[in-house]
Amino acid sequence: MEQTAPDISQLSFEDALRALEDVVRRLEGGEVPLDESIDLYERGEKLRKHCQARLDAAQARIEKIVAGPDGKPSGTAPFDGG
Amino acid sequence: MPGLPFDDNMSSGGLVAKASRGDNAAPLSITEISTRLKRAVEDQFGHVKLRGELSGVKRAASGHLYCALKDEKAVIDGVMWKGNAQRLSFLPEDGIEVIASGKLTTYPGRSKYQIVIDSMEIAGEGALLALLEKTRKRLEAEGLFAPERKRALPFIPRRIGVVTSPTGAVIRDILHRLADRFPSHVMVWPVMVQGQGSAEQVAHAVRGFGQLPDDVRPDLLIVARGGGSIEDLWSFNEEVVVRAIADSSIPIISAVGHETDTTLADFAADRRAPTPTAAAEIAVPVLRDLAATLDEYAFRQRKCALRPVDLGRERLEARANRLPKPEALLQQSTQKLDDLGERLRRGLADCASTARERLQADRARLSVHMLQRPVQEGRLRLDAQGNRLGAGLRQAVQLGERRLDQAGAGLRPALIRARIDRARGMLDSFSRVLPQLDPDKPLERGYARVIASDNRTMTSQKAASAEARLTLKFHDGELEVVTGSPPLRKPGRTPPASPAEQGDLF
Repeated sequence: MEQTAPDISQLSFEDALRALEDVVRRLEGGEVPLDESIDLYERGEKLRKHCQARLDAAQARIEKIVAGPDGKPSGTAPFDGG
Repeated sequence: MPGLPFDDNMSSGGLVAKASRGDNAAPLSITEISTRLKRAVEDQFGHVKLRGELSGVKRAASGHLYCALKDEKAVIDGVMWKGNAQRLSFLPEDGIEVIASGKLTTYPGRSKYQIVIDSMEIAGEGALLALLEKTRKRLEAEGLFAPERKRALPFIPRRIGVVTSPTGAVIRDILHRLADRFPSHVMVWPVMVQGQGSAEQVAHAVRGFGQLPDDVRPDLLIVARGGGSIEDLWSFNEEVVVRAIADSSIPIISAVGHETDTTLADFAADRRAPTPTAAAEIAVPVLRDLAATLDEYAFRQRKCALRPVDLGRERLEARANRLPKPEALLQQSTQKLDDLGERLRRGLADCASTARERLQADRARLSVHMLQRPVQEGRLRLDAQGNRLGAGLRQAVQLGERRLDQAGAGLRPALIRARIDRARGMLDSFSRVLPQLDPDKPLERGYARVIASDNRTMTSQKAASAEARLTLKFHDGELEVVTGSPPLRKPGRTPPASPAEQGDLF
């Protein structure tokens, strides 16, 4: 149930967001003991930063596949969006 | 003529009529006639266009396609050589109404004629739809469209592979919408989306994306094409495309044509988007929304972080409220103290009054009893003494009385009575004499007694002459008289009383 910080970096955005939502729900549920809620909050912050980093890293990068003579892709080239 | 759709210029054609030409009745060999017939047929029907329903479709291992075209009353065999068969834009099936173009030819070895089909098209949209429906049912029976084959799309794809034409609105719409929502890494695999070979290209691209190395392979594909006629979209109904999509290792969104156009590719894809733009919307969430969601979570989390503290405070307060108030806690003791104080005061008062009562009782006893008792006792003792004394006294008195009695008894009354009698005789004699001796007695016989103002009896002229006034006392009254001589002396200096007065005294 409790996952340590290194695991967060391995989480996909969706999983991290879900985990964050879970953290928030649990915090909002008010059933969490005080000490645990502090740990939970810290974990929530890490999850949030992880998600935020993923969002911040979002940038458009458009490529097109360049096929070789055999019809198989040999690489990519910038796509000029004709 | 039997119902073969011959062209007008072929109306005169006939085996028998040809054979009957020539005046020489030399018989022709079978080969000769067959050759002449073949030439005639091929000359006449070098290019025909037939409309009929496919029947007995068979693709041989050689790649040639054999079939028959028929209508209600006639049938004609047909063959499509490998090269042409491969260019077919649809998969020929029995029952499909087609329009086949080609030339008629004969097959002398079997006494047959047939059409060699150069190209074959589906005879109209209805027929196309019928074919589509047949194909759909077949592939569906294979389970290619089964819901359990559908895979979940990644929430935020790392890379998006797009299979579409590199030109045109479609790719622009997709890229634009992706940039709007969530700028992403997009890999475009340019393909033809229409016409000969387009289906193969699309299928090849779909498989090609799946075969890319892990580090560059997209985790979401979009297969897209803009709107068009059913014919324009036909590539996406082709089995090769449908199978490539169904077999893809990467989840696929199909976006072919407009919303009302549904291709078999759509059935095979994991998600169907009504338009390319919609495909982009399905592909990625809105970055801003996510950022807002993150912010909201952060806010809620911050808000919640201290909630246990608040909760703890509330619970503490709840318990604190249940604690009795210090006053209340003291009340009982205060009351008790008051009570005790009251009782103390009352007790003291009681004690005092009791003491007072006792004091008074004591005093009463002291004054009445205690004091009286000794007095009484004293009195009793006194009485006793007195009694004894009285008794003694009485005794003495009685003794005296007895002795007196004894003495009285010894006295002779006669002795005393004689003396009393003697005295009484003397008294009687004196009493007889006494009235005679009253100085005023003679007054009854005419005498008057002269008395001075101070009531002295004048016994001599000398004494009387000294008085200015005199009173003559008669037996029945007195008479005042004036002497002729002035008083010699004051009345107070009267001489001593006359003998008459002396006698009066007596």
